[in-house]
Amino acid sequence: MIRVELAKMLRRPLTWVTIAALNALPTLVAVLLALTDLGPRPGTGPPFLSAVLTDGTLFPLAALAIVLPLFLPVAVAVVGGDAIAGEVQSDTLRYLLARPVSRTRLLVAKLTSVVAFVTLATLVVATVAYVEGKLLLGNAPTTGVVSISGSTLTQVQMAERTAMAFAYVVLAMLGVAAIALFLSTMTDSAIGAALGTIGFLVASTVLLGLDAAESLRPYLITRHWLAFVDLFRDPIRWHDIVRGILSQLAYLAVFAGAAWANFATRDVNR
Amino acid sequence: MIRTRGLSKHYGQVHAVDAIDLEVGEGDVYGFLGANGSGKTTTVRMLLGLVLATSGEAELFGRAMPKAATEVLPRVGALVEGPGAYPHLSGHANLSLFDAAGRDRLTRSRRRSRVGEVLEQVGLDPGDGRPVKAYSLGMRQRLGLASALMRRPPLLILDEPTNGLDPQGIRDIRTLLLELNREGTTIFLSSHLLAEIERMATRVGVLDRGRLLLQEDMSVLRAPTGLVRVRTPDVEDAVALLNGHVVGRDADVLSVRSSDAAELNHLLVGAGVRVSEITPIRPSLEETVLAATGAS
Repeated sequence: MIRVELAKMLRRPLTWVTIAALNALPTLVAVLLALTDLGPRPGTGPPFLSAVLTDGTLFPLAALAIVLPLFLPVAVAVVGGDAIAGEVQSDTLRYLLARPVSRTRLLVAKLTSVVAFVTLATLVVATVAYVEGKLLLGNAPTTGVVSISGSTLTQVQMAERTAMAFAYVVLAMLGVAAIALFLSTMTDSAIGAALGTIGFLVASTVLLGLDAAESLRPYLITRHWLAFVDLFRDPIRWHDIVRGILSQLAYLAVFAGAAWANFATRDVNR
Repeated sequence: MIRTRGLSKHYGQVHAVDAIDLEVGEGDVYGFLGANGSGKTTTVRMLLGLVLATSGEAELFGRAMPKAATEVLPRVGALVEGPGAYPHLSGHANLSLFDAAGRDRLTRSRRRSRVGEVLEQVGLDPGDGRPVKAYSLGMRQRLGLASALMRRPPLLILDEPTNGLDPQGIRDIRTLLLELNREGTTIFLSSHLLAEIERMATRVGVLDRGRLLLQEDMSVLRAPTGLVRVRTPDVEDAVALLNGHVVGRDADVLSVRSSDAAELNHLLVGAGVRVSEITPIRPSLEETVLAATGAS
């Protein structure tokens, strides 16, 4: 069933439209940077953006930092929200279940395909950004990259840490994927499920900036998203990264469990 | 093949399906009749394990549903409330995806050829690369039927299978289904079209507001009433000859009480009465159904 769901995901226009949209903003940023050569002032703007002017190979990281807070989660919400509700809308859910495909297996396959989508999307963003960085931005081949902490990282270290950063971004989307899947089992409207998920994320972001919500902060889903920056300290600061992964796994467990509990015994009336 | 005991589905106070006992035998074409909203589709969904019954039991192939769904449903082909397909893919691609979903022990090449075969069987072109969103309603209906037939199931559960088809399409599908039935496929056919059921069914169940009002073999329902309709140009002679047996007269048509039309014809013709039409009267399904629903 996982194979079938992956095939469906790859053959859907929605998948590729979303990925294209994800690439649009970093591309625009790259073009603007190349034309103006104006980096953000230190301490403002997305991480890595000032560094890319001198070293274009860092642009994939900057691109990730651009899409992570908003665009990637929205894409995951849209694709995840479509998981079950989309099958309802195309009148195919009942035929899948009557084939029969067990409801649990269907959920697992759907979740797997959403995670595969996130992986694919981040890979495409990174590849496109790498090419753009090479072509458009600073091409000063340095012997090493200066880490956020001030020491120098070798090319190999950079490659390792970039790979880890991408893995972290994929993991950071697990919670969103699970929430979207859960809402997708609650409603027959794919858009409704996506909007609900986005609403949840907006709420988390708002609370994150609110001092009165201090006590909630460690548990918010968006709390540790940008912790991948810590991978580029020397030595790596694992604290927030581990926290981030654990909180995503907790969200995954809770919402995937809720999705299962809701879907396994639900009447399929459409 | 299908058996339910007191199968019910309640939504709050509404009894969508109310304690029905279905009995569908092997080789039947079972016509499940009912107006829109009478609970047909909910019943079909319960049989397939899509909707969980509030109370009562359902069995397919003697196995309890939905508990035995994984063993039972591979042997069932279903069309429920309109076909479903991924609109951006071709019919062939849709069927391949459905075929690959769920467990099945066929090789890939066998699967591919069976998708082509079943598309041809329902009158679609397997080489048609257009996406399903470009299909007409009738083509989608055929595709849905193809999906139900794909595994050559011994039991077909079809909800309004001729919906959206033109007269030629309806005829094609009817012929196809009757052919499958001759080869041994049991067919459970839900419809609100009396004429369609009358033509195909060997057994009929009538659902009205969630209750099963009537369930009987077609041969019983349509048994002769003991009346024979005779059309003759020699009406007066006929009435004189059959004195006492004529129960109705409408111009040149007589209703005659007789259990044997052949004997009656022999008698009339022997006495020099010309007969232009003679038919034993059977109750129409429509009359039976209306009588049943009217009585409730």
